[in-house]
Amino acid sequence: MIPDLMDQMRRAFAIAKKDVRIYYLNGPVVIFGILAPAFLFLAFMIGRDLPVDFLIAGLLGMTVFFTSTSITPVIAPTETQTRNLERLAAAPVSITTILFGDMIASVFFGIAISLVPIFLGVAFGVAIAHPLILAVGIVLAAFCFSALGLVFSSTPTSMTSTVMMISMLTKFPLVFVSGVFIPIQEMPSWGRALASLSPLTYITDLCRYCIEGTCANYYPVPLDICALAVFLVIFMVTAVKLHERSLPMRL
Amino acid sequence: MKNTKNTKNMIEAEGLTKNYGEVVAVDHIDIEVASGEIFGFLGPNGAGKTTTVRMLTGIIRPTRGRVRIAGFDLRRDPIKAKEVMGVVPELSNAYNGLSAWRNLQLMAELYGVPAKDAKARAEGLLVRFGLHDRKDHKTRTFSKGMKQRLVIAMSLMSDPEILFLDEPTSGLDVLSARMIKEVLRELNNEGKTIFLTTHYMEEANQLCNRVAIINHGKIAAVDSPEKLKARMGGLGRVEVSFDTPVDSSDLRRLSGVTDVRASGDKTYLYTDEPGRTIQHLVDCCRSGGMEIVTLNTLTPTLEDVFIKLTGDGEVSVGDANALEGAANNDS
Ligand SMILES: Nc1ncnc2c1ncn2[C@@H]1O[C@H](COP(=O)(O)OP(=O)(O)OP(=O)(O)O)[C@@H](O)[C@H]1O
Ligand SMILES: [Mg+2]
Repeated sequence: MIPDLMDQMRRAFAIAKKDVRIYYLNGPVVIFGILAPAFLFLAFMIGRDLPVDFLIAGLLGMTVFFTSTSITPVIAPTETQTRNLERLAAAPVSITTILFGDMIASVFFGIAISLVPIFLGVAFGVAIAHPLILAVGIVLAAFCFSALGLVFSSTPTSMTSTVMMISMLTKFPLVFVSGVFIPIQEMPSWGRALASLSPLTYITDLCRYCIEGTCANYYPVPLDICALAVFLVIFMVTAVKLHERSLPMRL
Repeated sequence: MKNTKNTKNMIEAEGLTKNYGEVVAVDHIDIEVASGEIFGFLGPNGAGKTTTVRMLTGIIRPTRGRVRIAGFDLRRDPIKAKEVMGVVPELSNAYNGLSAWRNLQLMAELYGVPAKDAKARAEGLLVRFGLHDRKDHKTRTFSKGMKQRLVIAMSLMSDPEILFLDEPTSGLDVLSARMIKEVLRELNNEGKTIFLTTHYMEEANQLCNRVAIINHGKIAAVDSPEKLKARMGGLGRVEVSFDTPVDSSDLRRLSGVTDVRASGDKTYLYTDEPGRTIQHLVDCCRSGGMEIVTLNTLTPTLEDVFIKLTGDGEVSVGDANALEGAANNDS
């Protein structure tokens, strides 16, 4: 049982390595990963007089969110079209292993790109009060959002554009209701209720705690971490179930 | 890795069925392939070959039925069963964005081959398939034949006991096809079990210990190629060509002849007793003053058997011969 699990783990890493080589290590993907959240963020923040540490915390949350959900949705449709999927389905790996591999690659990408706003913040003189908690939060959030990307990719299609549309239609509302642009403390009660449904809310809240200081967060830190973990489990279980159903339809 | 359960049959399927909505793609078929056998799987387009292979390799779930691979139940022990087989799907690709070498290494990692073995094996396979000088090139730049050779090499990275190939030589030139056939023969000599789907009758005839012919999702016949041919009565014929046109009604009266058909400058005498027919034919010519230019006996080919079992109408001599020519060219 345990050795089998270790085998599957190693094979998931092989899949992750393949993903990184094929999908992540190319110029446009990396540049888009860095620029997209930055532009979106600037568009909403310009002209509003907000402190730089508030900005960086929000930017960090958005970056992890957008980079971790950027590539995972397109892997399955792309491999359907390029006819690599049947090869993978014949290999001694479970669907969970395949998805876990895709997730690991996405997590690495999410973490690597999120270093950019952190360095940016440090350059602007932002001090990070709780680096360890920040690291835990970002890793957990990267896992959580990557799993969300896998839920999108379960649509049994070979058209990446379809999946991208579904993904955008879900991602933007999740950003708008979250506490990225307005501190949760300043929201009306219905706004707070909505915000609590977006996983982005919790990582942003955690980032505020770690960057701005102890009183900037709205939820207690353990609650932020638990919420991200719960979202991760929900997304992953859903993704595995949906992919099990859609894989035969792709062949 | 190589822990196959002790069993005589490497592939066993019972009552295998696949429904796609109303369509019954595969209809209660039973298959047994013994260890060390090359088993051919023939059938017209849409007969259900690919669907069967996909069920046998655990890529899709059967609607009904059970599969055992090297003694492992495919449903209960899918990982163990998949570890002992190599698969070349009908329409599959290597990863275009990776080099040949990386594609092979990916397979090794997916099948849990230790890194040291994987290096040596990849080198060997690249040389064997004539891809060694291109090993660091992205497979995007490969020709169709090179890609197909790479896909087969990939399926051999885990040194599998059982190999499934779904039309591995379709669309390849004569040399590539021959290279693949030679590899299959070598593997078989090493004791590997091979399940081969093909549209080339001559390929199946040359390579396979046994063939199954599937039509409309059902198995029409399973046997060795020679026994199948022997079992099909009425397909033996004598091909003769005369120096002058001959009235076919005289030929019809010859002993053993069941039918006479002319095609070009040749006349085909269908007979169950070719020896007797030839004697009488020669006698008849001598007495009638006709001269024979060429005389051949044609035994039924696997192609004839195939057409008889899967064709909806009668066997047409003209068609059979045209196809036979094509098949012979391929060999
Ligand atoms: N995913 C699918 N959905 C619906 N029907 C399918 C699907 N796959 C196969 N079929 C149907 O099942 C039948 C058998 O198809 P299959 O691909 O197994 O044929 P085949 O023997 O491999 O043919 P070919 O020689 O053309 O490769 C066909 O009628 C086909 O339309
Ligand atoms: Mg087929």
